[in-house]
Amino acid sequence: MYSKIEIKNTSIEEIIKKYPYIENFFKEQEIPIENKSQTLNEIFKNISSIEREDIVYSEDETAEKLIQYIKNMQEFLGVEDNTVKNLSILPGKDKEGYAEKYEKLTIKNGEIISIVGPTGSGKSRLLADIEWTASGDTPTGRHILINGEKADKKWRFSGGKKLVAQLSQNMNFVMDLSVEEFLHLHAESRLIENEDQVVERIIEEANRLAGEKFSPGAQITGLSGGQSRALMIADTAILSSSPIILIDEIENAGINREKALKLLVGEEKIVLMATHDPILALMGDRRIIINNGGIADIIKTSEKEKSMLKELKEIDSYLNELREDLRYGRELKRNNIFSLYDA
Amino acid sequence: MNLVTFSGPPSSGKTAVILKTIESLHDRGLKVGVVKFDCLYTDDDLLYKKVGVPVKKGLSGSLCPDHYFVSNIEEVVQWGLDKELDLLITESAGLCNRCSPYIKDVKAVCVIDNLSGINTPRKIGPMLKTADMVVITKGDIVSQAEREVFASKVNTVNPDALVMHVNGLTGQGSFEFSTLLFDEDEDINTVKGKKLRFSMPSAMCSYCLGETRIGEEHQLGNVRKIDLGDSGV
Repeated sequence: MYSKIEIKNTSIEEIIKKYPYIENFFKEQEIPIENKSQTLNEIFKNISSIEREDIVYSEDETAEKLIQYIKNMQEFLGVEDNTVKNLSILPGKDKEGYAEKYEKLTIKNGEIISIVGPTGSGKSRLLADIEWTASGDTPTGRHILINGEKADKKWRFSGGKKLVAQLSQNMNFVMDLSVEEFLHLHAESRLIENEDQVVERIIEEANRLAGEKFSPGAQITGLSGGQSRALMIADTAILSSSPIILIDEIENAGINREKALKLLVGEEKIVLMATHDPILALMGDRRIIINNGGIADIIKTSEKEKSMLKELKEIDSYLNELREDLRYGRELKRNNIFSLYDA
Repeated sequence: MNLVTFSGPPSSGKTAVILKTIESLHDRGLKVGVVKFDCLYTDDDLLYKKVGVPVKKGLSGSLCPDHYFVSNIEEVVQWGLDKELDLLITESAGLCNRCSPYIKDVKAVCVIDNLSGINTPRKIGPMLKTADMVVITKGDIVSQAEREVFASKVNTVNPDALVMHVNGLTGQGSFEFSTLLFDEDEDINTVKGKKLRFSMPSAMCSYCLGETRIGEEHQLGNVRKIDLGDSGV
């Protein structure tokens, strides 16, 4: 790593050779580089007072910020190796101050956990504890361990790599970009190497999840609800830096939910799902019951419950068929699974 | 007393974030007061009053609100001491994105929202570039990817800043944010002699002095011209 004096007196070209991503830094800082063989020191010598005012930072400050930027990016790139293999939640207390009645909850990557409980029961607090890698310093007093150890504080403050990625029914795309442009922008911010392939794969997976297909050139703000959801899920699974994904109430969103979960789990993510949809809840390996601010119980999905999944899916697909019939102006027909009511 | 200056574009969610954060600070038994700076109108002071927070508002009228801020900050600090606050928060909206009210050695927070557009971090200049902490709001309504891209842009523009996501509606993240605002060891009695982190504009032109007529002959002082290339007059 360069010292402040070194970085001021090294040509921009040479720094870029070592850390290619800093081109982005110069662009965002609006530093007028006419000739890349110049050093920061030389650039600042020839800068007009108006340009200087636009940059905000002085030469020294720019050098310091650049060094910090390189440090952040190097750390960001390095973190890919230390994956989160598992996450443990140690008990704290509920709103009344009573200790939570479980010993230690460990969730491995590739596992799906449902979180259930009425509104205001403490689901958000649990999620916030995970995101903040609580160490007895939040209102619940819970502790979060990563790979069995006390979590590194870096998860709390980094701009790019958060521990938890979130997907919910209320989220929309707001940028004025095509699907392809948008994915490239995201990939760029993640410093991904094989950008084109990754972008192509995300579009392919998203189209597999969506009912109606979309093209790479489609505007993201013009996608249907189902298409948006599908793209968000595929993008989060493949491009998000976060090892844990929280899915908040994605009910009948016009996507294949089973395939969506499989995609997330296949990318070695830990999936937490706040849901009261029985089909989704039963796809989980376990479910956390939240009540009065605390974890009241952890239930393993039993074989008996899992066997219900088949009939639930049948009812679900029946409802979906009826929706399709309505959409295309057909007459609604009764399904024979209800023939037992025909006494 | 602790002092924290909040700044951010209009409607980015400053007041909502501060209100949610104060809830957590109250739980710790801290006495918090707010002074809101705005231009022509605000009724945010009523929101603070409603939750029992001592509040004052200052409207700058025809002056730049950040200039007005610097001219009044010492009196505001004395008001806070008078009220025996543990923490005084000042809130001001950056309007032209050129000035910023941050003071050296006083905690500076910039609030910006995910909806404001991908180039906003670059556009808002000193307000973001010289902040210690950046709070990003409205994350609940945009996609994960957009949140990640936006946060990475903020990091590129101000690599030193600590970046946090806070939801002003649900309060998600506000408890965590509140733990970073108050420092037992900090004790500010005056800001006299302290300096701004970035100078206010040096521009002073005939329009600053009340000129209303348009045309070259009425433009005096510090005038900058748009570059229209060959098509220019």
